[in-house]
Amino acid sequence: MTESTQFIVIPLLGLLAATALTVARMRDLWAAVMLSGIYSFLGACWMMVLDAPDVAFTEAAVGAGISTVLMLATLSHTSRTAKSRPRISWPALIVVIVTGSVLAYGTLDMPHYGDPDAPIHRFPSPTYIEKTEHDVHDMPNVVTVVLASYRGYDTLGETTVIFTAAVAVTLLMRIRRPEVTAS
Amino acid sequence: MRSFSILRVVAKLLIPYILLFAFYVQFHGDFGPGGGFQAGVIFAAGIVLYGLIFGLRAAQKVISVTLLEVMIPTGVLIYGGTGVICLLAGGNFLDYRVLDHHWGHGLVPHGQHLGIFLVELGVGITVSGVMIAIFYLFAARRQTS
Repeated sequence: MTESTQFIVIPLLGLLAATALTVARMRDLWAAVMLSGIYSFLGACWMMVLDAPDVAFTEAAVGAGISTVLMLATLSHTSRTAKSRPRISWPALIVVIVTGSVLAYGTLDMPHYGDPDAPIHRFPSPTYIEKTEHDVHDMPNVVTVVLASYRGYDTLGETTVIFTAAVAVTLLMRIRRPEVTAS
Repeated sequence: MRSFSILRVVAKLLIPYILLFAFYVQFHGDFGPGGGFQAGVIFAAGIVLYGLIFGLRAAQKVISVTLLEVMIPTGVLIYGGTGVICLLAGGNFLDYRVLDHHWGHGLVPHGQHLGIFLVELGVGITVSGVMIAIFYLFAARRQTS
């Protein structure tokens, strides 16, 4: 990471943390949903800084856009404010602190961002970059080739998962016609 | 929200470009960032925005529920069908190399490229259909309850 991006990265991560803390403390669910949309949007900016524009597209469109709309629609069926402030549960707090510390400790072992010796850069991506030129002649986008061709079977599974989700939501949410109640 | 004229005007200005960008991400996904999933979601976001501003009824005039119910399985069928065609052409399932052909050179993609194009098209159709369908279901529920 170069010097100049530090000026973007640190405020961005700071804003992400601030938004997350605010959402956790918020009792007004409507505002919490809007803030989680902002969180997703900041996440999309962060993906963009990490040179992952396609993930940023998804995060902005799904996280900040559609899921915010769906959450608002859900809120209109339920209440707009959370129930009374919950008391602090000490066992839960201890579990969260321990898990968080373990995760933070785990990141100490991870390679630095952009480290060319990181495992993810040594295996298997160089093989794909070398082989794509030979296997797929006129496709410069290695990511698309990996997703749609080398891992085509996985992507078929993902598409089927989305299809199944639609079937499930349709079955659960479709409004029954009132005239059908002939019993 | 039909009474907010600023929202209406801005949405009308933005929606064509959102949809156009979705098609760009879909068909340029072979060369630049993006692909079927991103394109489908961006397309759906455009329709969802239209539905939010102009109402569910207006959105359903653009993309009807019947069309959605056709779109959602069609995308999966295009994806799976591409695999089956590969099988019939003598290759493995989803092995696009056998899709090589020699007509329409330069215009029609061939081989691996054609396979990836079809597969991404299938993903795009399904994803946009699913996202819009879920939005319609939530919005319709809200009006009745």
